Amino acid sequence: MTRFSALSLLKNAMTGHKDWEPQWPDSEPKQEYDVVIVGAGGHGLGAAYYLAKEHGITNVAVIDKGWLGGGNTGRNTTIIRSNYLYDESARMYDHALDLWEGLSQELNYNVMFSQRGVMMLAHNVHDVQSFHRHLHSNRLNGVDNQWLTPEEAKAYCPPLNISKSARYPVMGAALQRRAGTARHDAVAWGYARAAAARGVDIVQNCPVTAIRRDSNGAVEGVETARGFIRAKKVAVSAAGHTSVLMDTAGVRLPLESYPLQALVSEPVKPIFPCVVMSNTVHAYVSQSDKGELVVGAGTDQYTSYSQRGGLPHIQHTVAAVCEVFPIFTRMRMLRKWGGIVDVTPDRSPILNKTPVQGLYVNCGWGTGGFKATPGAANVLAWTVARDEPHPINAPFHLDRFRTGRLIDEAAAAAVAH
Amino acid sequence: MTAFRVAESGRVRHDRPVEFQFDGRSYQGLEGDTLASALLANGVHLLGRSFKYHRPRGILTAGSEEPNALVGTRRGPGRYEPNTRATVQEIWDGLQAESQNRYPKLSFDLGAINDRLYMLFSAGFYYKTFMWPRSFWERVYEPLIRRAAGLGKAPQEPDPDHYAERHLHTDILVVGGGPAGLSAARSAAKSGARVVLVDESAEMGGHLLSEPGLVIDGQPAWDWLAGMLEELRELGVRVMSRTTAIGYYHQNFLALCERLSDHLKEAPADLPRERLWQVRAGQVVLAQGALEKPLVFDGNDRPGVMLAGAAQTYLHRYGVRAGDRHVVATSHDSAWHAAFDLSDAGSRVEAIVDTRANPSDALREAARDRGIRVLSGHTVTGTSGRLRVNAVRVNPVHDGSVGPAETLGCDSLLMSGGWTPSLHLFSHTKGTLRWDDESDAFLPDQQAEACHIAGAGRGLWGVEAVLQDGDLRGAEAAEAAGHKPESGAFQVENDRTGSGETHRELPSDRKPGRARAFVDYQNDVTAKDIRLAVREGMKSIEHVKRYTTNGMATDQGKLSNMNGLMIAADAVGKAPPQVGLTTFRPPYTPTTFGAFAGYHRGDHFEVVRKTPIDSWAEENGAVFEPVSQWRRAWYFPRQGEDMEAAVARECLATRKSLGIFDASTLGKIEIAGPDAVEFMNRMYTNPWTKLAPGRCRYGLLLGEDGFIRDDGVIGRLSDDLFHVTTTTGGAARVLTMMEDYLQTEWPDLNVWLTSTTEQWATIALNGPNARRVLEPFVEGQDLSPEAFVHMSVAECRVAGFPARLFRLSFTGELSFEINVPARYGRALWEKLYEAGQQYDVCPYGTETMHVLRAEKGFIIVGQDTDGTVTPDDAGMSWAVGKKKTDFVGMRSLSRPDLVAPGRKQLVGLLTEDGSVRLDEGAQVVADPNQSVPMAMIGHVSSSYHSATLGRSIALALLKDGRNLKGQEVYVPLPSGLHKARVTDTVFYDPEGERLKV
Ligand SMILES: Cc1cc2nc3c(=O)[nH]c(=O)nc-3n(C[C@H](O)[C@H](O)[C@H](O)COP(=O)(O)OP(=O)(O)OC[C@H]3O[C@@H](n4cnc5c(N)ncnc54)[C@H](O)[C@@H]3O)c2cc1C
Repeated sequence: MTRFSALSLLKNAMTGHKDWEPQWPDSEPKQEYDVVIVGAGGHGLGAAYYLAKEHGITNVAVIDKGWLGGGNTGRNTTIIRSNYLYDESARMYDHALDLWEGLSQELNYNVMFSQRGVMMLAHNVHDVQSFHRHLHSNRLNGVDNQWLTPEEAKAYCPPLNISKSARYPVMGAALQRRAGTARHDAVAWGYARAAAARGVDIVQNCPVTAIRRDSNGAVEGVETARGFIRAKKVAVSAAGHTSVLMDTAGVRLPLESYPLQALVSEPVKPIFPCVVMSNTVHAYVSQSDKGELVVGAGTDQYTSYSQRGGLPHIQHTVAAVCEVFPIFTRMRMLRKWGGIVDVTPDRSPILNKTPVQGLYVNCGWGTGGFKATPGAANVLAWTVARDEPHPINAPFHLDRFRTGRLIDEAAAAAVAH
Repeated sequence: MTAFRVAESGRVRHDRPVEFQFDGRSYQGLEGDTLASALLANGVHLLGRSFKYHRPRGILTAGSEEPNALVGTRRGPGRYEPNTRATVQEIWDGLQAESQNRYPKLSFDLGAINDRLYMLFSAGFYYKTFMWPRSFWERVYEPLIRRAAGLGKAPQEPDPDHYAERHLHTDILVVGGGPAGLSAARSAAKSGARVVLVDESAEMGGHLLSEPGLVIDGQPAWDWLAGMLEELRELGVRVMSRTTAIGYYHQNFLALCERLSDHLKEAPADLPRERLWQVRAGQVVLAQGALEKPLVFDGNDRPGVMLAGAAQTYLHRYGVRAGDRHVVATSHDSAWHAAFDLSDAGSRVEAIVDTRANPSDALREAARDRGIRVLSGHTVTGTSGRLRVNAVRVNPVHDGSVGPAETLGCDSLLMSGGWTPSLHLFSHTKGTLRWDDESDAFLPDQQAEACHIAGAGRGLWGVEAVLQDGDLRGAEAAEAAGHKPESGAFQVENDRTGSGETHRELPSDRKPGRARAFVDYQNDVTAKDIRLAVREGMKSIEHVKRYTTNGMATDQGKLSNMNGLMIAADAVGKAPPQVGLTTFRPPYTPTTFGAFAGYHRGDHFEVVRKTPIDSWAEENGAVFEPVSQWRRAWYFPRQGEDMEAAVARECLATRKSLGIFDASTLGKIEIAGPDAVEFMNRMYTNPWTKLAPGRCRYGLLLGEDGFIRDDGVIGRLSDDLFHVTTTTGGAARVLTMMEDYLQTEWPDLNVWLTSTTEQWATIALNGPNARRVLEPFVEGQDLSPEAFVHMSVAECRVAGFPARLFRLSFTGELSFEINVPARYGRALWEKLYEAGQQYDVCPYGTETMHVLRAEKGFIIVGQDTDGTVTPDDAGMSWAVGKKKTDFVGMRSLSRPDLVAPGRKQLVGLLTEDGSVRLDEGAQVVADPNQSVPMAMIGHVSSSYHSATLGRSIALALLKDGRNLKGQEVYVPLPSGLHKARVTDTVFYDPEGERLKV
């Protein structure tokens, strides 16, 4: 792998960029691997990378039905934060945040992790109570999160409307300064390149159609559009399509798949310095390095596998943006799109072993799993390599829906992006 | 007349000059001009700078697909708009436009230094560098990149305009008012179907506006067009210009954006700026035509380089020549006609350079007649000119090898790389496309919605064929919509049918690595960027797009996608369809946020729900708080009082004598029917069978997971009628949940649910004097303690109004809740208030209500519960019917973790220092001497200063809380560590003596 650096860029510029190598080879699947990971999103690719790097397991394939990074990894609004309420979540997301901070260097790929701060607005007394609860919990968990008055919030994000006569006036805000955004495609590509460099096969355009189990019930491999691929360990990390796939192994997951839409405006010069989320008015905004306002909100209200998404949700989201930032009404929407997110009953992920020997699952990240990418990938690799969960993901087991030990961030905070 | 205007030509009004400004300079245009055509008429080609390299850019197109000529426009305060396409903005007297993305000025832009360094700024360069030192990304590199990127400046002031929305149902929606759309609309309308025809342009006619020389059915094209529009009007077709179909959603649901005022000098104040139409159409005809492709060669982006079709439009529609001396470079017949027309209008055409070795004899002859040189079998290998093209370098190509160059002087280079069917809306529907080898284009294949593609969108060429096809598709749509269609026939003279070939980047004799051959103009993506992406392993077109940003500019790839695909396919070594096409997304063209928001702005963002008593509260100085969509009176401060003082006074007055409270926002659901009691038994944890009519009971509602979702007092009015109350915020959720169960799980139950939240006004009278005040007003119910015991309900009259009267208590005091039809709410309130004067009645708000209930240990769902609290956790096992066999959530209550020890339970907390009020949300620890991360045992859910008790009180959810009673716990706050004792949840009158008055 050629190292990326200003110097290598300069050298190649002089020679007309003729000598760059492919960042990852487009592999043909072999007949057998030690580990097969289904789903070449950030989570799957990252897990392959950590398997190779931290556990010395390199006979690994990451298989995707389409192009790598083409799922939610390449469709999300890239909000990264870790100021979650419950200890289990705080630990998981903070682990990820720690890894984010060195990821560009680790992967030798600029993922443009930008700690510009994520600010969450409180619009009523209930929001204030809820955010305070987060703040106190975060403080005692060592997670940064800070309360701002409306004036301080406006100083941090000048386009914000803090008029007292607003329909939902801003009563304050919780700000996590370590939080921010990253370039989603670069995360997938960076992991793919680094994993491939360590010998991982990345197989694209190869839908996995079923998971095969042997007579003892243990995993034997996966059926794919390009034939059967043998593996004693299979990890499924297929976001909105996980439940369908796990069904083929006889594992029923408590997942519902919903379209989640997002949109960008036309690019403009810097106007929006951070990320702002409002759960009550229901929208969140940031500005990409390209200059587009990146806007999202909650899921569509019906379950679906269609990535089209409806208009009403977009209307409401844009109205919400204009409510909080009235100067944006004359901006224009450039493009909107949707992804299919997998939602669990407690809005927290499932990342663990399954009742099937050799079968591991990482799903249920719903509307908020991009921020977890390095952390989730890291502990998924551990779980697969050692056949036991890392302490960080141990609480995120499937069994909690039977026993009732839920980790319900959504109930505590309405939305969990 | 301006230099490039052609006398008496075009659809502009030569007798109506219009003054406008660009970059501070005044220019004259004509009514009917776009900003682009008016500037061209003045010989101005330089309009903007590109995104990355800040290269000077001119006008490339004459339509909404324009990637280059983007400007900022202003019409007075608050009305600034970035990135306006000069090619669609109509001019009016006083219009101010300015160029963007340049410093200090358009003709001399320092940012153009990037252009010199272009070898560094190759595709994806930023992924490879800017990583060291780590902290520099945010502090140095990113701010630099951000400042350099972006096009125009965002508006900075509030927008004085307003936006509207409408809904529309129609049998047939025709998108596109060119020949295909017109004939489709006519044949459909003739069948009797309701038809809507929309076009994004200011005028209907599409391609016909650019080709007045056609003769249709014996009439000059524009006469025919006028007649056609008249006929459509007579047929009742709704014809909407300046209206873009922006998105095509499920079940033939489309969004249209109509622009109403941006083209007007003075818009009436009540005229919305834009209107979003939501259309449900039985059938849709997509007649969006085709878009011309640029040729990809070095220097194809200089100002003065324009698509040939656009030049033809400027000539015929606007009466403007795109220059004096043209070179035409093409791979398609269509550009020849542009050359001929310009030549006929007095422009000089230096040469027609065709990539094809053998253009048709007819074309050559027509060129010869006009004295135009023809260079067939040639390629274009470069252009020159700093701010405007002044020469073109062309070379012959023989058997793939590029011959010696020749330089042609010019001030205008017109190009055509052929045409792409415009199928964006079709691809919104997830309709599939197939590659057509003959036309070298993607054509519609499988459709996912009830739609029909007409005309050039299906790869047809020539106006007669397109008219005929439109007619047929219109008829087809009408038939599918259940009408009997009739079709017509068309005869077109001077029809310029034609064909062409498709290219990737044009062959060159120069070093390909040095060529600046643009594919995506706005994003500065060159052919070599695309090849670099492929070299680096980006073999899917989606990867190519994302790595190079090809197709991600504001034209969404309308000009760049096909050229990008051809180059990528070549680099990958596969056929184009195997490399695939990226998905087009709504909106079709960038669409104003305001149009999506519509009326939902400011106060109308969401209705403010107000109770019938709200106006009284406002008149009496209440401070309000938003609670879900409602605004509720929070407290009623008297002169000089802050919230704490007001609340203390309200609490004391209520406990002492009498408080009056507007409880109208409580959700109310009427549950009626023979199975009402069974339904109640299944929904709520409590048993309902034995609740006698005339009595009420506190009800607890769980989710399937066994956690508390809602609560409220429920009265049984008769055997088959319950009056349910819910929390204010939960009303809609609870009704939805009930309906969901009723319709999907228990369709066997004979029950009707009706929301009556807004039908009743609810007034709560609380305090020892409550009965004394109320009694004289009540008819039809004996209010004595024996006749109307605690937890009773009665239908009676209060102050002459029909009423549902509850005796219950959320404050611990003797209380009545009087429900009267909403329209009597305020009248009743005033009567009670007046009568209460003798008892010093005190109106109080939600804050006092919260304090009073907390003193009694009553929970607020959503505050003292958070979706993880079971009835037992909340200390309310008593509300769960022990003998019940089922209710929602019952099964979950026996799950292992829900019965395990150590769950968080609701308890009271008293701080050691009673003057300290703990922050709601504060975390509680058992051991204060640990380091971070600390083991937390729970949190404070409610916390108030209790004036009644003269100290602070709090409720908390603590691990194993009930076993901790009497013990000390700690609350570490930034302000210091606080010690507190765990207590029972009831702080006041635990025996309930006060209810017994
Ligand atoms: C619009 C939107 C906005 C979002 N915003 C945020 C945000 O701001 N912050 C945040 O943290 N999160 C956000 N998310 C969520 C986040 O994107 C996801 O949780 C996260 O990216 C999931 O990563 P993944 O690798 O698990 O899944 P994906 O990236 O979806 O990868 C799953 C892969 O599995 C493949 N696959 C599926 N089925 C099969 C099969 N049968 N065979 C082979 N391959 C298969 C898919 O092709 C896909 O590539 C958002 C999501 C969306 C849709």
